[in-house]
Amino acid sequence: MSEEFKVEIVNPEKSFLVKDDVSEVVVPAFEGEMGILKDHISIISFLKPGIIKILSKSGDENYYVEDGIVEFKNNNLSILTSTIFNLADMDKSKQQDLLKQAEEEANKTDINDQSKYLADQKVDVLKTLN
Amino acid sequence: MASLDDLKKRIASVKSTQKITKAMKMVAAAKLRRAQESAEKGRPYSEKMNNVILNLSNGISDKENAPKLLSGTGQEKTHLCVVMTSDRGLCGGFNSNIIKKAKGYFAKILDEGKELKIITVGSKGNDQLKRVYGDKIIENISFKESKNANYFDADKVGKMVIEKFEAGEFDICTIFYNQFKNVITQIPQAQQIIPLNNEVEENSSEESYEFEPDEDEILSNLLPKNISTQIFKAMLENSASEQGSRMSAMDNATRNAGEMVDKLTIEYNRSRQAAITKELIEIISGAESL
Repeated sequence: MSEEFKVEIVNPEKSFLVKDDVSEVVVPAFEGEMGILKDHISIISFLKPGIIKILSKSGDENYYVEDGIVEFKNNNLSILTSTIFNLADMDKSKQQDLLKQAEEEANKTDINDQSKYLADQKVDVLKTLN
Repeated sequence: MASLDDLKKRIASVKSTQKITKAMKMVAAAKLRRAQESAEKGRPYSEKMNNVILNLSNGISDKENAPKLLSGTGQEKTHLCVVMTSDRGLCGGFNSNIIKKAKGYFAKILDEGKELKIITVGSKGNDQLKRVYGDKIIENISFKESKNANYFDADKVGKMVIEKFEAGEFDICTIFYNQFKNVITQIPQAQQIIPLNNEVEENSSEESYEFEPDEDEILSNLLPKNISTQIFKAMLENSASEQGSRMSAMDNATRNAGEMVDKLTIEYNRSRQAAITKELIEIISGAESL
């Protein structure tokens, strides 16, 4: 029996990525990283800034996301996100830009705890990339 | 009858107008293809979003304490209407159609003695509405600088709407936009986004989801995003509709200009002929009298 399932990443502008030979996906869920294998129970969760790892036969891929929702159902994983970058295409300057933005956001004083937490997360994740 | 010179000038002017409308039509056609493409590409996101929310609201156990964005404030006193139009004119009935639809809705609300607040997106809508409903317009947004509809603009509008909702400034929010059906047909739409109009679909399977964290928290995170998504969808549909509408309007204009040139040319030739005949008669009768 094959151990593969289908993953689809959609952003508001287009369908970002569709793959159907995926063996495992690790998503940065809000309450911690979550690995999803085939026949996982149906689940809905949302993402915090982090790295999505997609392991598949045709090669592994890593994506940086800032937010999003995951839905897993009948071996279909849908990830809805508004900000996503393929790490392979991301060069140093792009990374620095994002990091700068995130740091600015984290240093704002007039934001609530949750957005502060999310901004800090962004900074942390982006720093580990360097 | 107009003099020959006048006719010549008019023909030249109509011809140059025709050139402009023709060029605009071709530009609109090129932009339309792109806008249509992005409208189609944007659909999966909003559909998926809708699905997830539907699943969530079915799974929610405590209906009483559901987030206000979903269930409403329990009142229907103040209506907020987001009227989305274009920033540019010369696109046929595109803007007037939305305005007409919106005005009908406004009249209904005011008749019922409810309060009305308006946000206009796009300067054309603001121009048309401010004459009658100027005191009701609380905000006017325009994205003249952005070339294409993008999510960040939509998110800005969405965040503003939510801010106002949380401040208790309105109870019900409706957005007005043109849905793109095809190049000739765009349907003006009124869509209620707060509270979310739950199309009760009982056929959605009884499958239970696991939620992490719990439903309420996901919902309260998801609903604001959904607002932005819906607005973004409306923007995409709008921009496709705008280009489609402009294309057919300019096509008509080009054709009308062509007809006009034909008519004027015939008139020009006739008067030229008449002038020649008149001169001939004068010469002949002059020669005869000698």
